[in-house]
Amino acid sequence: MAAAPKVTWQSLFSTVMYGFMYFPIIVLAVYSFNASRYSASWEGFSLKWYHSLFQDSRIFSALMDSLTIAFVAVAVSAILGTMMAIGLAKYRFRGKGLYRGMAYLPLIIPDIAIAVATLVFLASAAIPLSLWTIIVSHVVFCLAYIAVVVASRLQNLDPNLEEAALDLGATPFQAMMKVLIPQLAPGILAGCLLAFVLSMDDLLISSFTAGGGANPLPLEIFSRVRTGVKPDINALSVVLITGSALLSGVAEYVRYRSDRHRQRLS
Amino acid sequence: MADSSLRPSNNSNWWSRLSDQLAPRRWLEPVLLLGPAGLWLFLLLVIPTLLILEISLVPGLRLGQPAEGYGLGNYLQILQPVYLRVIGRSLAFALGSTLLCLGLGFPVAYWLALMSPKRWRNLLLVAFILPLWTSSLLRAYAWTTILRPSGVLNTFFQGLGLPAQNWLNTPTAVFIGLTYSFLPYMVLILYASLEKLDTRLLEAAADLGATPQQQFWKITVPQTFPGIAAGCLLVFIAALGDFVVPTLLGGASSMNISRLIYNQFLGPTRAWGFGSALSMVLIFAVSLAIALLLKYGDRSTVTETSQ
Repeated sequence: MAAAPKVTWQSLFSTVMYGFMYFPIIVLAVYSFNASRYSASWEGFSLKWYHSLFQDSRIFSALMDSLTIAFVAVAVSAILGTMMAIGLAKYRFRGKGLYRGMAYLPLIIPDIAIAVATLVFLASAAIPLSLWTIIVSHVVFCLAYIAVVVASRLQNLDPNLEEAALDLGATPFQAMMKVLIPQLAPGILAGCLLAFVLSMDDLLISSFTAGGGANPLPLEIFSRVRTGVKPDINALSVVLITGSALLSGVAEYVRYRSDRHRQRLS
Repeated sequence: MADSSLRPSNNSNWWSRLSDQLAPRRWLEPVLLLGPAGLWLFLLLVIPTLLILEISLVPGLRLGQPAEGYGLGNYLQILQPVYLRVIGRSLAFALGSTLLCLGLGFPVAYWLALMSPKRWRNLLLVAFILPLWTSSLLRAYAWTTILRPSGVLNTFFQGLGLPAQNWLNTPTAVFIGLTYSFLPYMVLILYASLEKLDTRLLEAAADLGATPQQQFWKITVPQTFPGIAAGCLLVFIAALGDFVVPTLLGGASSMNISRLIYNQFLGPTRAWGFGSALSMVLIFAVSLAIALLLKYGDRSTVTETSQ
């Protein structure tokens, strides 16, 4: 029965809220092609902001810093976070509640407090700030998010498969690498994408742990937009939003595929 | 049939051999799995948090000055009216944007979970939360282009012959920005809760003569209360600690606790002790909210939606 969707106040209200969610993004996109620098009125189509953006070596090196941080932090977190999720699912031990609490701490404590604590720690240990201190502090929250996503996937797995592998003579390590990890792969990938986006987006923790040597993209953007509207930042927004739209498309596709796979299995 | 890779192999993988040799030692595997992440978090989160707790108890600590012994001076400083106003403002921002998110998010979640075409439901939900994938900094910046005096909104108002509004750098802009930032989280959590609503209860109530209003307040709201509580506390916590929106949209008049902490460390004052005390207050406030969530909220809703 394919009835036409009824128009109700809820559907109208929802349409307005969809508009609310996309309006700022559309505004950024439209104004990135506006020839005028200051006025909100349309003064002709122009690609000059994109031109000046691609000439901007500061933006480019900031983007490189951000990508380096995100890739390294996510790679380390993928390993540590997955191991932590597996360990928490598999074993009972004294102090497990405390360990689990610590694992979720980065999701609960506000960024500003993590940033402050990390800065004070690095200063008191006399560790000089650099790109590496940013990476090390990003691993803290990245591994927690990856562990949460992987843990939720672990709950839906069939533990018998790993036992079967062990019965067939696999070592525990082989059973983990050949049976468990491939099953967890969609969860690990989804967790990595989430952590990657959060790492690229982080302003506060990077601000507190970046020395003079590193200048990730959010810091560069923040220092520019603080002082008013910058049309080349509009152009940058469009480039970045296109990038994250592609990334989120991949993420949702992976989730959709793994959901379908799970439905077929059950 | 036998997959050669599943046999105890003679490959030279050191970890594989190590775990083979040590397999009887049952403590080793958990330590290998949980040790590295645990150590990382302990070193870079637990110890630093304890460190700022210690520093917060050193009154008047500034960078490069010798400490003078412990005391509660930093916490007493927070009780000065000027700082109490900052904390009050942070709470007002968080509470106001939570209520706005709930008021705006509930009808959307309700429509998505119970009324939208089933075929498109998942896609529609994804479309609503998609803006979360873009940088929060850029989303706040987008609102500055809309709300500034010569911005999109005033151009639009002018076209309609309405008086121009100067909303940028006012609390109004902060409420708009915070609501915009956290509305998708609220909708996601409410959706998960409403999706599980047993609609037969609504039908039964209708059969027994309940008006739509009665059905809503006596069935829908109580049934989804854990989700409502979880969504509200999540938005409240996120809004309480937000830095970007009050800074970019709120201007000088919208100093909140995050900005105050930021200024103690990266601003001109460099009062690390006072900044640490403020951070401890923020952590305490958030922990209190989490404790309430665990007590009254539905944990499964929270974990499901955090995926």
